[in-house]
Amino acid sequence: MDFLQLILSGLANGCVYGLIALGFVLIYKATEAVNFAQGDFMMLGAFVCIGFTNHEYMGLNFWLAVPLSILVMGVFGYLFNWGILRHMFGQSQTSIVIMTIAMGFILRFFAGTFWTHEPTSLETPYAGQDIRSGGLVLGVDEVLIVIVTAVLTFLFYLFFSRTRMGLAMQAASQNQLAAYYMGIPVRRIHSLVWGLSGMVAAVAGILFASKGSIDPATGLLGIKAFAAAAIGGFGSLPGALVGGLIIGVVEPLASRYGPPGVSQIAPYAILLLILIFRPGGIFSQTQKKKV
Amino acid sequence: MRFVFKTSYDADIRLFKHRAQATWYVLLLLLVLATPLYFVAIDDAYLLGEITGVLILAIAGMGLMLLTGHTGLPSLGHATFMALGCYVNINLLNAGVPWVIAFPVSGLLAGLIGTLIALPVLRLHGVYLALATLAMSILTSDFVVLAEPWTGGIAGAAVPDINIFGIEVNRYSTPYKFYYLVLFVTILLVWAYRNLLRTPTGRSFTAVRDSEISARAMGINLTRTKATSFFLSATAAGLAGALFGHSAGYVTNETFDLVMSITLLLMIVIGGLGFIHGAFFGAIVVGIIPVAIANGRSFLANAFDVNINIPGLESAMFAFILVCFILFEPMGLYGRWLKIRTYFELFPFYRKDMFKRQKSYLKTDRVQ
Repeated sequence: MDFLQLILSGLANGCVYGLIALGFVLIYKATEAVNFAQGDFMMLGAFVCIGFTNHEYMGLNFWLAVPLSILVMGVFGYLFNWGILRHMFGQSQTSIVIMTIAMGFILRFFAGTFWTHEPTSLETPYAGQDIRSGGLVLGVDEVLIVIVTAVLTFLFYLFFSRTRMGLAMQAASQNQLAAYYMGIPVRRIHSLVWGLSGMVAAVAGILFASKGSIDPATGLLGIKAFAAAAIGGFGSLPGALVGGLIIGVVEPLASRYGPPGVSQIAPYAILLLILIFRPGGIFSQTQKKKV
Repeated sequence: MRFVFKTSYDADIRLFKHRAQATWYVLLLLLVLATPLYFVAIDDAYLLGEITGVLILAIAGMGLMLLTGHTGLPSLGHATFMALGCYVNINLLNAGVPWVIAFPVSGLLAGLIGTLIALPVLRLHGVYLALATLAMSILTSDFVVLAEPWTGGIAGAAVPDINIFGIEVNRYSTPYKFYYLVLFVTILLVWAYRNLLRTPTGRSFTAVRDSEISARAMGINLTRTKATSFFLSATAAGLAGALFGHSAGYVTNETFDLVMSITLLLMIVIGGLGFIHGAFFGAIVVGIIPVAIANGRSFLANAFDVNINIPGLESAMFAFILVCFILFEPMGLYGRWLKIRTYFELFPFYRKDMFKRQKSYLKTDRVQ
C-alpha cells in the first residue's frame, strides 16, 4: 500500500515535470530552439496566478484568475519571441541556449523582487480536500494534475497531427528555409509556438503551486523536466510525458528505498544512462545526418 | 593602412601577421611581467590577488573557448572539470606527490574523465551535450558530498601549499610568486592554444564548427575531432581548477556550482566567441562586475542613503549584460574592438555589414 501511495504521488509530480517538458518540446519541435528557461516560465506562471488569486495580492476569484494568468503567460511567451528571439533568427543554437539560460536568471530575479523570495502556495478552493478509497489517500489537487495533463497531451497530439497550423509548425521545424519557400509564415509560427508553450508553462505552474509551495528558485526544476524530455526523446510529445512520469515516480521511490543522497541524483543518473545507451531517448526520433 | 603581402603559404598561419603586431604583444608581455612592481611600490598585494584570479578564470575560459568558440560545442559543465582538477590536485599533494607532477596530472585526469563522460553524447546534436553537461554540473555538488573521503564533503578541504623544488608558493604569504606562477601557466597555455590553431587538428576544429557536413566531406572524423577538443578543453579547465583551489585556499561542495559553469560560458560570450582574446576580455569583465556592483552599492548607501540589498541582483546583472551582448554584439568585446580597428584602418571606407556573417538556417536531424 505504501508502495502504491508513493507511486501515485510520484505520478502527480511526474505530470508537472511532463508538462514543463511538453512546453519545451513544443518549442523545440517547431523552432529547433531549446528553451532552457522553461522551468522559469513555469515559475512565473505560478507567480502570476498567485498574484491574481492570493488575498495578500489582488484576491481575485480562483476560476477567473486561472484563465487570466494562462492568457498573460501566453502573451508573455509571444512577446518574448517577438522582442528577443526573433532578432537572433539564424544565429547558432549555442547562442540561443545561452540566451535562454540568461533569461531564466532574469526571470528568477524578477519574480523574487516583484512578488517574494519566500515559498508561497496558491490559494485554491480545493486545497486540502482529498479522495479516499481502500486505504489510499489522494489529494484532489493531485488527481486534477493527472487529469489536466492527460487532456492537454491528447489535445496537443491532435493539434500537431490533424490541424493545418500543427503541420505548418512541424514543417517549420524540419527545415526553416524550405518552409519559407512553401509560404509558411515561419516567424509568426515561431511566436505562436512560444505563446502556446507559455500557456502550457502557466498550467504547469498553477498545478504545481496548488499542490505545494513555490519560490523563485523552483524554476531550476526545469532542468529535471529537461531530463524528462531527453529521456523521452527530444521532440516527441508523448515521450516528454513518459519521461516526466518516469522521473516523478523514480524520485520518491529512490528517497524511500535507496541510500541517502540518491534521490537528488537519480533523475540525472537516469538521464546520463539514457544518453549513453539510447542517446535518442526512448521514443527516439533522431537519425545520423548523412553527407 | 597596412598591406601585408603574402609571399608564401606560411604567411597565413604565422604566429604574428606582421612586425608591428609582434611588437605589441611583446609590450603586453613586458607589461604583465612588470605589473607586480607597482604593487610592490604601494605595498598592497590585494589587487594583485584579484588579477591572479582573473588569469585563472581566463585559463578556464580558454578551455571553454576551445570547445564552444572553436569547435562549436556548448558545455554547461566546465565547473565540474575544474572541481575534478582541483580535488585530484589536492589528493595528490596530500599523498606527497610533488606539485610539478600533481598539477599536470590533475589536468590530464580531468580531461580523461570528462571525455569518457562526454564521448557517447558527442555523437549527437549540440543540444544533447549542453544537456548532459548541465546534468553533470548539477550533480557535481552531490558527488563531492558522496565522495567525502577524498573531498571532505560539506565540511570542505584545505588546499596544501605549492612547493616547487623547495620554493614555497602561497596565495597570501607569497602573492608575487603565485602571480608569476599563474602567469607562467597562462602564457604557456596561450602559446599552446595559438599553435594548436595552426595545426591540422586545430583547423579541423574550426571546420567542424562552421559546418559538420562540409567537415565530413573533407575527411574529418567528427567524433574523434570533437572528443579531442573536449579532452583539451576539459584539461585546461582541470588545470584552472587546480590553480583556483590554490587561490581559494579552501574548497567545499558549493565552490564549483552551476553558477560557476554559467559564469564561464558568459565570460567567453562577452569576450567574443572564437577568439583567444575573448577569454581574457571576458575574464576581466567577470572580475570587474562584482567589484563594480559592491562599489555602486556602497556609493548609493553613502550618497543617497539608499540601501540596495536585493538578493540575486548580481546574477541578474550578469544575465542582463549577457542578453545585451548576444542581441547587440554577438561577436563580443573583441569583435567590437576588431570593428573599431577596421573602421580606422580603412577610414573612410568602412562599411556597416563588413562583419556580417551568413545566417545559417536550422535543419532538424529528426525523422518524422
